[in-house]
Amino acid sequence: MNRAEILIIDDEVQIRKLLEITLQSNSYIVNQAENAKNGLITAENHPPDMIILDLGLPDEDGQSVLQKLREWYTNPILILSVKNNEDDIISALDNGANDYLVKPFRTGELLARIRSALRNSAAEGDSIITCDEITIDLEARTIKKNDESIKLTATEYRLLSLLAKNEGKVLTHQYLLREVWGPGYINQSQYLRVFIAQLRKKIETDANRPEYIITESGIGYRFINKQDEKN
Amino acid sequence: MGLSAVCFISALCYSMSHYIDYKVVAFILLLTVSLAAVLFDIIPVFITAISSALIWDYFFIPPHFTLQVGSTEDSILLLMYFVIALVNAVLTYKIRQIEKIGRAKEEKANKVKLYDTLLNSLSHELRTPIATIIGATDNLQSNNRNLTAENKEELLAEISKATFRLNQQVENLLNMSRLESGYIQPKKDWCDIIEVVYDAVKRIEENNISQKITININPEIPFFKLDKAMMEQIIYNLVNNAIQYTKEDSEINIIAQCHADVLRLIIEDNGKGFPANEIDNVFNKFYRLKNTKTGGTGLGLSIVKGFTEALGGTVHLQNLPTGGARFTIHIAAQTSNLKSIKNE
Repeated sequence: MNRAEILIIDDEVQIRKLLEITLQSNSYIVNQAENAKNGLITAENHPPDMIILDLGLPDEDGQSVLQKLREWYTNPILILSVKNNEDDIISALDNGANDYLVKPFRTGELLARIRSALRNSAAEGDSIITCDEITIDLEARTIKKNDESIKLTATEYRLLSLLAKNEGKVLTHQYLLREVWGPGYINQSQYLRVFIAQLRKKIETDANRPEYIITESGIGYRFINKQDEKN
Repeated sequence: MGLSAVCFISALCYSMSHYIDYKVVAFILLLTVSLAAVLFDIIPVFITAISSALIWDYFFIPPHFTLQVGSTEDSILLLMYFVIALVNAVLTYKIRQIEKIGRAKEEKANKVKLYDTLLNSLSHELRTPIATIIGATDNLQSNNRNLTAENKEELLAEISKATFRLNQQVENLLNMSRLESGYIQPKKDWCDIIEVVYDAVKRIEENNISQKITININPEIPFFKLDKAMMEQIIYNLVNNAIQYTKEDSEINIIAQCHADVLRLIIEDNGKGFPANEIDNVFNKFYRLKNTKTGGTGLGLSIVKGFTEALGGTVHLQNLPTGGARFTIHIAAQTSNLKSIKNE
């Protein structure tokens, strides 16, 4: 893949500088905008491979910038914000953000999220997903861990494949319940707890210290590629 | 009130007017006005004073049932009555004002004292890491040539530690101000308490601790409808507190149980426990144990209490007979026994 271009929309000079150094030294091409207006213009004139968007912009609310971008922009958008309350995060995800990282953040974590978001948008349509020891064949509907077959029930399979297809991305409780069980179940979060616990017992080495299915408290779950986290 | 007291006393005196002289009545009424001045505000006391003078004149000074005063002596008495009643009212009022100001001053002094303690511990807790960061970066910027590679590594490690500490203090302060504002509203959803405990412990173990943490929860424990983020913070703060104040290789035990829809959460250690005379104060905001090491703002445990109460629960601290401290939390919550679904 060519070097990916990333547009940073953030009003804080310090954060932009930090991101510029971090991303450039990891071979990304960086563009910057200090407010919503310039961000939207830059994105439209020269659509990047990914956008990192701050929610607290001086001239417009970040959520509405996100909605405007999502009217036409299909590449990943990562929210980077000091707002850490669950409602803000959930509405950003509902508005089409691929991921959400709260400031202050670790650069290792940021790079992992960027890698997985970019890889996901490149790999869309692949029928085999591989994450470390786990391989999911979406056509044959089989799961293997270290070449050993894992038996899943139909619901467990639907849940795991949905998470794995969106590897690296947080999926909200409501989204998972609607997609796996149907619209009538969006308040039945105990189903989700049960199945996540069952899945962890089957695929994790230690179900109490999960490495694949990570909980985002009050928001949802994220399937991660351990390889990304280590780099 | 003052007025009705004056009317009542007057009526009483009037009924006995055959036995007592009207000059004695004046003294009795003055006494009533004085008592009213101790109890009520300036305006009612004023009204009481004036009306009592008029009543005395009208009903008791001969000729009766007129405001006329018969003799010069009575005129002087009435005038004196007026002046004494008013002076009495004003003086009592002034004394009460002074008392009020005194009390306000004392309250303010107490507040200032609390604020000073807060500011001292806060400024220490915030400035120490900031000083570390400024000092280390200064060194890296202007003293770079004289530093060995090892020095640079160490300075960077110090900056990293300091920012972590600063971040934690800011989180505590933000949580505290959320609690203070009364804005905090638990978002209750089904919680897998095992997951909550392990997530909190994972965050703590990221700091390379030397204590041993054991977790004791029956895998069949039901789900509880609680706020996961708040529960995780409660556990994190309690375990972190135990880590800060126990020696290396101490043991910290986390137990969660369910009794009749009540979650019981126990976090105990085998350290030295708390001084008995300070146990009642440890949950107070900004309270730090006497003779304790520096570090910490005295916010961690008050956040535990605030969050627990916001969830409708209680927190209790006791020293164990074997040494060590035990925090016990009880929270009543809806439970769900739906722990496994096999047929899907």
